[in-house]
Amino acid sequence: MGKAEEITLSIQALRSGDRAEYARLVDAYYQLVYRLALKMLGNPQDAEDILQETFIKVFRNIDKFDGRSSLSTWIYRIATNEALMFLRKKHPELVSIDQPTETEEGEQEPLQIVDWCCLPESELMSAEAKAHLDEAVMRLPLRLRAVFVLRDIQGLSTRESSEVLDISEMAVKTRLSRARLRLREELSDYFGDRLGERKSLL
Amino acid sequence: MSHEQCRYLLGSLSEYIDGKLDESICQEIEQHMAGCENCRVVIDTLRKTVSLYHEEALHTQTPEDVRQRLYKRLKLEDFLLSKKP
Ligand SMILES: [Zn+2]
Repeated sequence: MGKAEEITLSIQALRSGDRAEYARLVDAYYQLVYRLALKMLGNPQDAEDILQETFIKVFRNIDKFDGRSSLSTWIYRIATNEALMFLRKKHPELVSIDQPTETEEGEQEPLQIVDWCCLPESELMSAEAKAHLDEAVMRLPLRLRAVFVLRDIQGLSTRESSEVLDISEMAVKTRLSRARLRLREELSDYFGDRLGERKSLL
Repeated sequence: MSHEQCRYLLGSLSEYIDGKLDESICQEIEQHMAGCENCRVVIDTLRKTVSLYHEEALHTQTPEDVRQRLYKRLKLEDFLLSKKP
């Protein structure tokens, strides 16, 4: 899904400042970077700033790209770091991504047991529902949010996400599990109400 | 089914819906699910939660004016025209 086809860009050409090659790079990745920023920050204006800063850094640092990871992973890392830096500056109270405070982020015990899967698509993907989906992501702690956005919104693999965030694959899996369970809880709350409304109409 | 087992399986459900678990634990989950309506609902809604986010992501596009300002900021505006909108 969200992943870019790994297009062939000439690193040589990028290093020598070939503008046409830069334009190809931007064309290949701007959608991914914008979506990542938007889902991490929840605000289009902030996402646009991150989008621009990311490509400025990509251009400025292309010499430092050593090819050990793929180009897309490298770009993702820059974009993710930009987004995290922005969030920490804006909300210094947010926990650092590396800080191991697992206690407050344990597995969410399922509280909402309501089967809302049968709701029609028009209800599940309404504008209101989508806004609710986005808000729920914004309520995730940063370290869970970053993993969730990379894995489930951008479609990166566990290994790629671990490279981008510089954490173990195990940590990616654990955080993804916690993020998903929390979001399930929030969506169950919301869609459970929608289900209740429909039933009361019958 | 004991509630203990629901709790024990909880941490594996995310990998379960990705189809990334070993056969043996999958069987354990499926057996449990057959007798535990709560876990069946949790798994179905967890799977649905993930698929809704996948679907929503596909619909998230960069607005054209954002793309244009990006190219301008990067001084690549001469490459904007040659691209499809
Ligand atoms: Zn159970």
